[in-house]
Amino acid sequence: MTRAAVIARRELGSYFYSPIAYVAMTLFLIATGLAFGRDFRPGQVVAMRSLLEWMVFFMVGIIPILTMGLLAQEWSSGTIETLMTAPVGETEVVLGKFLGSLGFFLVLLCPTVLYAALMAIYSTPGFDFGPVVCGYLGMVLVGALFIAIGLFCSSLTRLQMVAAVVAASVLTLITVVPWVVTQRATLSPFWRGFMDQLVFRRYADFSKGMLDTGHVVFFLAMTGVFLFLTVKVLESRRWR
Amino acid sequence: MISVSSLTKVYGQTLAISKVSFEVPAGQIVGFLGPNGAGKSTTLRILTCYIPPTSGTASIAGHDIFHESEQVRQKLGYLPENCPLYPEMKVEEYLDFRGQLRLMDRPTRRRRIDYVVERCWLSSVRRRTISHLSKGFRQRVGLADALLHNPPVLILDEPTVGLDPAQIRETRKLIRELGGQHTIILSTHILPEVEAVCDRAIVIAGGRIVAQGTPDELRASRRMTARVLVECRAPARELESVLARVSGVKEVEILNNGEPSGSYATAALRAKDGYDVREEVARTIIQKGWPLREIRLEHATLEEFFVEVTANQAMAQAEGGVQ
Repeated sequence: MTRAAVIARRELGSYFYSPIAYVAMTLFLIATGLAFGRDFRPGQVVAMRSLLEWMVFFMVGIIPILTMGLLAQEWSSGTIETLMTAPVGETEVVLGKFLGSLGFFLVLLCPTVLYAALMAIYSTPGFDFGPVVCGYLGMVLVGALFIAIGLFCSSLTRLQMVAAVVAASVLTLITVVPWVVTQRATLSPFWRGFMDQLVFRRYADFSKGMLDTGHVVFFLAMTGVFLFLTVKVLESRRWR
Repeated sequence: MISVSSLTKVYGQTLAISKVSFEVPAGQIVGFLGPNGAGKSTTLRILTCYIPPTSGTASIAGHDIFHESEQVRQKLGYLPENCPLYPEMKVEEYLDFRGQLRLMDRPTRRRRIDYVVERCWLSSVRRRTISHLSKGFRQRVGLADALLHNPPVLILDEPTVGLDPAQIRETRKLIRELGGQHTIILSTHILPEVEAVCDRAIVIAGGRIVAQGTPDELRASRRMTARVLVECRAPARELESVLARVSGVKEVEILNNGEPSGSYATAALRAKDGYDVREEVARTIIQKGWPLREIRLEHATLEEFFVEVTANQAMAQAEGGVQ
C-alpha cells in the first residue's frame, strides 16, 4: 500500500499544477460564499444546515471536474502503460488516485470552515458545533462517493470531457433529481422510500446533526463498489 | 535472459501476432524490426506484462510473464512508444516518483537519479518541467526512467522516433554502451538502426517472425551475395557476353545499355561463392580496349532484404486472406 500512497501524493501534487483544479476551487468557493451570504444575516437562524446542503449540490458540478482526468488522461497520454508496467497493482493505482483526489477535496473544504468560525463569533445565542461537525463528516463521505463515481467514469474513456459529463449526469441523477422530485411531486410511498435511499435525503440527516450508522455504511459501501468497478475496468485490458 | 515461445495475441477478430518465438541471451542487443503495424508493439507490451497473450508463454530473467508478473516488472525497464510522461512534473520529481513507486529508499533513489541524469545527458534540464522539454529530452527522460532501477532487461519501443539526426546518433551510442550490462530489445522500422546498434535482428511482418539472425546472416540467408558493378564504354551486348565468360562470374545483368552508342554502359555481376572477380574483370576489359570508369563491390543492404521479406509476407496475406 506504500505505492498507493506514492500515487496519491503525486496525484494531489499535480492538482496544484493544474489550472482546471484552481478554476473548480474558485467556482466552489464563490458558490458557497454566495450561499453563506444569504444565511449570514441578522435575524436568521444560527445554523450551517442550508449552507451544507447547498454545498452537496455544488459538489455535483465540481467533483466531476476534479476527477475527469484521473484515469482518462492516463489512457489518452499513454502514461497508463508506464504506470502499469512498473511493479504496481491495479488496486494500488485506483486507491492512490482516489486518495489523492479525496485529499484535494479536503483542501477544497478547508476554507469553508471559515464560515463556521464567522457564525460562531458573531451569533447570539451560542453556536452549536455538533451539527456542523456531523455535517462535515457527511460531506467527506458524500465527497468520497462522488469521487469514486467520477473516478469510475474517468476509467471508461480517454476523453476527459466525456468523463466529466457522464459523472455530472450520474451525480445529478442520484442527488439533484430526487430532491427536486420530492419537493415538487406527491409520490406513492414506494417512490418516496426509493428517493429517500438516494444521496440527498441521506445527507440531510447529517446536516441536521443526526449521525446514523446506516448512512455511514451506505456511503462507505457505495464508494467501495465504485472503486471495485474501477479496478475491474483497469483489469479489463487483460481480457480484451 | 528472455525466452519467448509461440506467443499469439488476438484482438477481437484481428490476429495481431501469431506464434512468435525467440530467445535473447544475456547482454545481447536485439533489434525487433518490422513495418508499422507488424505486431512489434503488441509483442513488447506482452513482454512487459501490460497485456497478456492469448496463448503462448514467455519468461524474463527466469520469471514467467503471466504468473510472476510483479517479479518480471521489477526486472525490466520499459520505454513505451511515444514515451508518455507526466507533463506537469519536473524531471527530477518524475524520476523520484518512479523510484518511490519501485520502493527504492531515499539514498538509493538519490544515487540512481544522479547516475541516470548523468548517463542520459539530462543534467542541464534536471529541474525543468517536462512539458517545456523538447522531444529529444523527453525521450531521454523516458530512457532515464527505464534505467533508474538498474534492470537487467531493457525494452525500448522505437527509442529514436521523432529525434533529430544528432540526437538519434547520441541515443544509439547510449544504447550501444548499455549493451553488455543490460539485455536489450529495441523495436524499430529503421534498418540502419539495426545495423548500427544491434547484435541480432528479428524481422517481424504481419504478426509472424519471418527471419532472425545477425545482419550478416540475414543478408546471406537470402542469397543476397555482393554484386560487382562495372561501368565502361562498350557495346552492351558485347560487354555482357565478354563478362559472362570471365571465370567465377555466375550471372551478368546489364543495368544501363549505354545508348546512345558511345556512352557508358553499366553491368552488374554476381560471382560464384568464394570468388572475387574484380581483378579478372578489369584485366579483360582493358585487353578489349574499352575505357573503364568504375569497378565497385556493392554490399547487399539489409534494406533490400527487408523490403523483400515484408513484401512476400504482405503478398502471402493478400492471397491467403490471413488476417
